[in-house]
Amino acid sequence: MERDTESKLARQLIAGETGAFDRFVEYFRPKIFQYSWLMCGHREDAEEVAQETLLKVFESGDQLREPKKIRSWVFRIAKNACLMKRRKSIFAPAKEFSLDEFLPSKHQDGGQVRMEIADWSALPEGEALQSEMRELLEKAIRELPEVYRSVILLRDIEELSTQETAQILDVSDDVVKTRLHRARLAIRQILDAYLRANEVEAGGKRHGTPPAQ
Amino acid sequence: MEPHQHNEKCKEVFALLSDYLDLDLPPEACQEIEAHIAGCAPCIEFAESLRKTVGLCRQYQPTELPAPLGQEAKAQLLEAYGKMLAARTNRPG
Repeated sequence: MERDTESKLARQLIAGETGAFDRFVEYFRPKIFQYSWLMCGHREDAEEVAQETLLKVFESGDQLREPKKIRSWVFRIAKNACLMKRRKSIFAPAKEFSLDEFLPSKHQDGGQVRMEIADWSALPEGEALQSEMRELLEKAIRELPEVYRSVILLRDIEELSTQETAQILDVSDDVVKTRLHRARLAIRQILDAYLRANEVEAGGKRHGTPPAQ
Repeated sequence: MEPHQHNEKCKEVFALLSDYLDLDLPPEACQEIEAHIAGCAPCIEFAESLRKTVGLCRQYQPTELPAPLGQEAKAQLLEAYGKMLAARTNRPG
């Protein structure tokens, strides 16, 4: 649905329809700002990126041939604008994750080796995120190294496809998939640690996963 | 009962979980993962926690909003938009 709305906005914008400019800016400006805010880490940078991106969209708008590609077009411009704002504190140092660092740790429990995984079953689905969880997720995303953050923002937050994300970031589809998996694992690990800490606090301490029956 | 180790199969599944959740694997690889997971409680739990992580990311909406668009910034955008429309209108063909 979102995609339909977006390509409609783009078509109306190109056609110069009344009100199209305001609708386009109202829709995309907060989107670009939010992406840039998570990407750059600074409000003032994100405000500037939003303005620079929209300006660039209009300046090169006569080249937009396919309105249905508007989202990836806009995010490609926004990504480049974010790179120009690159600040050492948030973009460096480059860190590569290895898969092994996300394997749940094991511990001895009597004669059993168990995995340290929180009880995720209590986590509600399809409901608005509770503020504590939301803040934790936001912090986890913002603290990811840039190469992982850029992929998870486009794939899981903006819900662009692997191919679109690869084009925006100038990497191969396989690189997108590899980075996405590590980014998700890194976030999962942070959420898992939080859930486990809460279990301990609630007195319902669980020693990992029960062994397979 | 065998204690659960990170055996090679678990590690293979672990490496492919995102592709699996994104339905991005060939059918035979999917079936292989499903066959393993069906008999491996820790892998089920891990896959479920990763699936929920992705779900949380998809639900997530940033709360930060940009400051209202200032008059000067809007004028700058409108000017560029005007030029864009003119360029499209004047384009031959």
